[in-house]
Amino acid sequence: MTSVTLVRRIAARPAIVFDAMTTAEGIAAWWGPDEGPVLLAESDPRVGGRFRVRFRMLDDSEHESSGEYLQVEKPERFAMTWRWTGDEDEGGHSRIDVELRAIEEGTEITFVHSRLASEATRVSHGEGWTGALDKLVRHFETAAA
Amino acid sequence: MVNYSLDRTFAALTDPTRRAILARLEAEEQASVSDLAQPFAIKLPAVMKHLDVLDEAGLISRSKAGRTVTVRLNPEPMREAMAWLQRYERFWSKGLERLTAHAEAQERAARAAEAKAAKARGEGQ
Repeated sequence: MTSVTLVRRIAARPAIVFDAMTTAEGIAAWWGPDEGPVLLAESDPRVGGRFRVRFRMLDDSEHESSGEYLQVEKPERFAMTWRWTGDEDEGGHSRIDVELRAIEEGTEITFVHSRLASEATRVSHGEGWTGALDKLVRHFETAAA
Repeated sequence: MVNYSLDRTFAALTDPTRRAILARLEAEEQASVSDLAQPFAIKLPAVMKHLDVLDEAGLISRSKAGRTVTVRLNPEPMREAMAWLQRYERFWSKGLERLTAHAEAQERAARAAEAKAAKARGEGQ
């Protein structure tokens, strides 16, 4: 129930978006939250296949995550387990589910990162945060357990 | 800042009765245990059990005056949980922006290649 869902529209056909997200070449071209480079990208997009990506951010910090494909139905959807490398001793895997829906302008992508509570062992401190308690309560009210 | 256990916070929040209790405390600032129990079709000891879970997660505090136990919301663990979820949301939001730019460039390249192939076929006829 602890999950983050993002829906975006992309002016590209589902097969192109699918390859961009599941092939090593595709992942290497965009992965990460900023302009920092992808240092390593491995992906074997079939059920049971592994996924691993390492990237450096502009603040010089390096991060690596890995997982295993649980479902691969090109170009409509895929699912994988997911964890930050180095977190092996800190709880279980989270899960990523991606759905790609063909729309007139290209693709509507629904990206869900769920089971985040299984990773919830590191707390982010010192981040600016303004009262979103009501938002959180609503979030948990609507997110059926 | 006290380091609340996020997994304990999330575990406490999985139960709809406990979420309803928190939502009520958010609206009313404080309530007695019997007031809190009143809307639920469960017995007082069951409510007490839920309050224990919320207390252990640091989500509420209880104070006793005479025979009345007053319950208050402690929002700090929820703030931390929210900040933590928001960090993931920012991470993926930025990533999807970059994915979008990349996939749209690939789409333009694919269309250009298709147009060129169609033109070549047209000229070949």
